[in-house]
Amino acid sequence: MTQRVLAIEDKLYRNRYKVDEESHLWIKDPKMCLRCPFDFACIRVCPTDVYKWEESKITITYDACVECGACRIACYDIGWKNPKGGFGISYKYG
Amino acid sequence: MAEKFDSVVVGAGPAGIAAAYTMAKAGLNVLVLEKGEKPGAKNMFGGIIFRHHTEKLAPEFWKTAPVERHVVEYQYWFLSKDSHLLLSHRNQKFNSQYNAFTVHRAKFDPWFAKLAEDAGAVIINRTTVDDVLKENGKIIGVKTERGDILADVVIAADGVNSMLSKQAGLREELPQDAVVLALKEVIAVPKQKIEERFNLGPDEGIAALLVGWGPGMHAGFMYTNRDTISLGIAISMRDLDRSKQRPNVLFEQFKSHPSIAPLIKDGELKEYSAHLIPEGGYDYVANTYTDGMLVVGDAAMLVNAVNWEGTNLAMTSGIIAGETVIEAKKKNDFSSRTLAKYRERLEESFVLKDLKKYRGIPKFFSSNPEFFTLYPDTLNELFYMWHVVDDEFKADKIKRMKATLFKRRSRVSLVRDFYHLWRLFS
Repeated sequence: MTQRVLAIEDKLYRNRYKVDEESHLWIKDPKMCLRCPFDFACIRVCPTDVYKWEESKITITYDACVECGACRIACYDIGWKNPKGGFGISYKYG
Repeated sequence: MAEKFDSVVVGAGPAGIAAAYTMAKAGLNVLVLEKGEKPGAKNMFGGIIFRHHTEKLAPEFWKTAPVERHVVEYQYWFLSKDSHLLLSHRNQKFNSQYNAFTVHRAKFDPWFAKLAEDAGAVIINRTTVDDVLKENGKIIGVKTERGDILADVVIAADGVNSMLSKQAGLREELPQDAVVLALKEVIAVPKQKIEERFNLGPDEGIAALLVGWGPGMHAGFMYTNRDTISLGIAISMRDLDRSKQRPNVLFEQFKSHPSIAPLIKDGELKEYSAHLIPEGGYDYVANTYTDGMLVVGDAAMLVNAVNWEGTNLAMTSGIIAGETVIEAKKKNDFSSRTLAKYRERLEESFVLKDLKKYRGIPKFFSSNPEFFTLYPDTLNELFYMWHVVDDEFKADKIKRMKATLFKRRSRVSLVRDFYHLWRLFS
């Protein structure tokens, strides 16, 4: 039995989002990332590949975030708040 | 001048709505604030809701609520790389006396919220609460993007990531041991195919737990809905971090398991979701009250992972919180001394009694991952050996099976593992 392996991008376009102009995620101290003590846990644990390491810094694709909170548990340098009312993920099934 | 309510409930999930409905029925002036565009928009679970506790608020709710299927069979799957051992319980009593229903939260939660609304609670969607409002150390309301709102009691029903309980100083950031990360896909499969693949009648459903496919403490889950299958994985944050594996890669491996893939074959992905589940148990239950505030449901970490229970703990905590506020209103005293009654009643109810009973279990399983890795694999190996027919004498086969078992786990460790497990339940 072969099952086509789905990449995150293939999955996320099924989801419904209302994207805010402003990110609800941020790095509190970007300098800390240069010597990340957690082996880039934010990148590793995120189920929707929000975090990437590009040109010596973490970039945040916040519009893919499903607001699970895993990144925040994995690293205290992640700034995390709820998106503004009505914005962010909006599940059709849940 | 900010508006004043008897109670402001933050979050329109099962806990928040149970509280709001309880208070609104008693004539209190209740406001519910929901950050999503509608109740359920941010919510994800396995999952199932339970007849017994849901009926306390909505008798015979399945006749009008958007439920998917009632569960007639509970399955426990022990997987190895290319095999599975399945323990399954189907009972016709679940057809005459419903026990649990699979639901989609984005459909069920709005229906549930309507109960509270019909009883007089005001529900405002698309409203994020930014902070609690304090005066002389007491919580007197909430700050929102639409302005400040005052209330005698704030009920924090804002889920596992509860910002409110942190802002109120009731808990710290969650440690990795307190939560598991759950990923889920809703996969559309025609109704008839679901019923064929799972051997189900119309409206009948299964609920399944699957172990043995991943690193550390983990579980897979599978629920049949009307014409979709909810398939997911849950893995402790600590073990996920340690494993250095990406959650979606683990999920895809799980989905491609030869025992799972045929069940979702030709299915169409409808939604991909992720959520934390507060499975840390009793020792991680947050402080649940302070002057002017109560914490309910996931926000208070009320999940019983052993029995797959969550929404019923949420609803029950909501009802008790609502009743506590009604009492406080009579006395016109919203201090922590009066609100402590909520915690007392939680402790007396199944909610905290069950979690207390199981308090050692989350730690036991996280420090004994063999139950999720070595044991499922070994069980499969032993069943395989037992069933392979060849020229080997059975005496030799049994000897070889014993040798296989003890090579993987020493007699001492085996006895210790199962003795400890037994002790945790007895």
